[in-house]
Amino acid sequence: MNLYSLTLHEIRDKMRNGEISSKEVLDSVYKRIEEVEDKIGAYLTLTKDYAYEVAESIDRRRLKGEELGDLAGIPVAVKDNISTKGIKTTCASKMLENYVPPFDAHVIEKLKDAGAIIIGKTNLDEFAMGHSTENSAFKITKNPWDLERVPGGSSGGSAAAVAADEAYFSLGSDTGGSIRQPAAMCGIVGFKPTYGAVSRYGLVAFASSFDQIGPFAKDVEDCAIILNYLYGHDERDSTSLPAEYEDFKAALNKDIKGMKIGLPKEYFAEGIDPEIKDLVLNGVKVLENLGAHVEEISLPHTKYAVPVYYIITSAEAFSNLARFDGVRYGYRTKEYKDLEELYVNSRSEGFGKEVKFRILLGTYSLTSENYDYYHKRALKVRRLIRQEFDEAFNKYDVLISPSYPIVATKFGEQSENVSIAYMSDICTVPINIAGIPAMSIPCGFSKGLPVGMQIMSKAMGEAAIIKVAHAFERNTDYNKKKPSL
Amino acid sequence: MVEKNELLKMASIAKLKMTEEEAETIVKKFNVVLGTASLFNELDLEDVEPSYNINSVTNVMREDIPKESFEREIMLANAPEKLYGCIKVSKIIE
Repeated sequence: MNLYSLTLHEIRDKMRNGEISSKEVLDSVYKRIEEVEDKIGAYLTLTKDYAYEVAESIDRRRLKGEELGDLAGIPVAVKDNISTKGIKTTCASKMLENYVPPFDAHVIEKLKDAGAIIIGKTNLDEFAMGHSTENSAFKITKNPWDLERVPGGSSGGSAAAVAADEAYFSLGSDTGGSIRQPAAMCGIVGFKPTYGAVSRYGLVAFASSFDQIGPFAKDVEDCAIILNYLYGHDERDSTSLPAEYEDFKAALNKDIKGMKIGLPKEYFAEGIDPEIKDLVLNGVKVLENLGAHVEEISLPHTKYAVPVYYIITSAEAFSNLARFDGVRYGYRTKEYKDLEELYVNSRSEGFGKEVKFRILLGTYSLTSENYDYYHKRALKVRRLIRQEFDEAFNKYDVLISPSYPIVATKFGEQSENVSIAYMSDICTVPINIAGIPAMSIPCGFSKGLPVGMQIMSKAMGEAAIIKVAHAFERNTDYNKKKPSL
Repeated sequence: MVEKNELLKMASIAKLKMTEEEAETIVKKFNVVLGTASLFNELDLEDVEPSYNINSVTNVMREDIPKESFEREIMLANAPEKLYGCIKVSKIIE
């Protein structure tokens, strides 16, 4: 058994009882990276020197008899749109190719305080805009289950790193499915928290009212452990919820007898791969056999979610990305006569195609003649979608759906077919629109490729998701399957 | 339907360069994505309040207490061009 293939909680226990040191764990994971990274391409930056420094200090503290938390000495990979002090944070964009943040994101401060070891920064679709990580300005990342296919996106590097055992866990960001979709495609657990539960301070903003940072994990127990460290109020994010959070580990190993599960029929409709539908329904059967009550329900506003998502997020991106002007930091063009040309040339040369596309969508929907038709109506429909979820959660503890309508696509397939890329968001974007939490958990394989089941709950209903997911995992073994690399 | 010329106008508002050919290649995708907004026509939105944020708490302000910020050198470390401890830009006044 290689150390790198263990879970976070297994490695934590081995370090706690003195079987292995943090340095040995790090040796194992960097050796694994050396072996498979050429094939996968999950990382944009490796931080080896820094990582060994931290590992040695953790080992020293442990030797002194200090009691350390769950994450002490655990190697973690971080999506490259989360600011890390002194470590390049590129957003996979030429615009930020050489940008080194002078500060840590809130979640990075928390991970460092907990003794987790940042081993590298992972690839993504430029500024987190995309579904396949193919929009990275620097490289593509391959799906560990099939090297001819995408890992999903936008957090494709973070998902592939965990699936290929190149990290024990990782951080991603989820604006419309960017954690859950790649988690599904790579066969691991991915979690999108309640909006406001995890501070966005230091996350390079794409769409501020949708973005949330969350984890990729090897199993549900690991996920619960990580959430404990990410959640919490932060005064530097004005949308951070001033709330206290329970210990999510308390939701593990619970009986789900009597829990109410709703299956929104719109998430199982036309456009969902029939094999995926069957695998998710088989998963639901497992839960039913454990005593959960299952009912089909209807969320009729689901069909409006994709336009709501693209209109509002593009408008927010238009505004957020206005800061990249070639003046204070980031890419500056070599060719300019005056300030106007400095702006235009820096932005045109620094941003990639998809980012420009989203900026243009946002520009269009925000002009005074289009605002009411597009933006204002989308803001209204967002409220209706949230209300519909609120009503459903008055009756049901969790809702279950496929995480994504299709399995991992081949390279190039999504850019050739607009409707595959955009319309496939139907299962993931409503969750961000409503600001609720959701997990993707492996529930089987279709043609050898992993499939994810999405479990959603009301805002702050994380414990119910963990309860159901952990019950599912204890009674299945999909999370134990590994790609052969 | 959005026309190619409108796209070019949007690009200039967003301070992006775009050739006619580039506009040509994305105008179809642009219309596919924006076209889905016509679905909203089925809904009666007259009395629905727009949602500017999604959780009940917005703009949670911290106490306004002054504190140390970054040193000048740290702030300037990422500036693409520097001069005399400042960020260098083109002359904007004739």
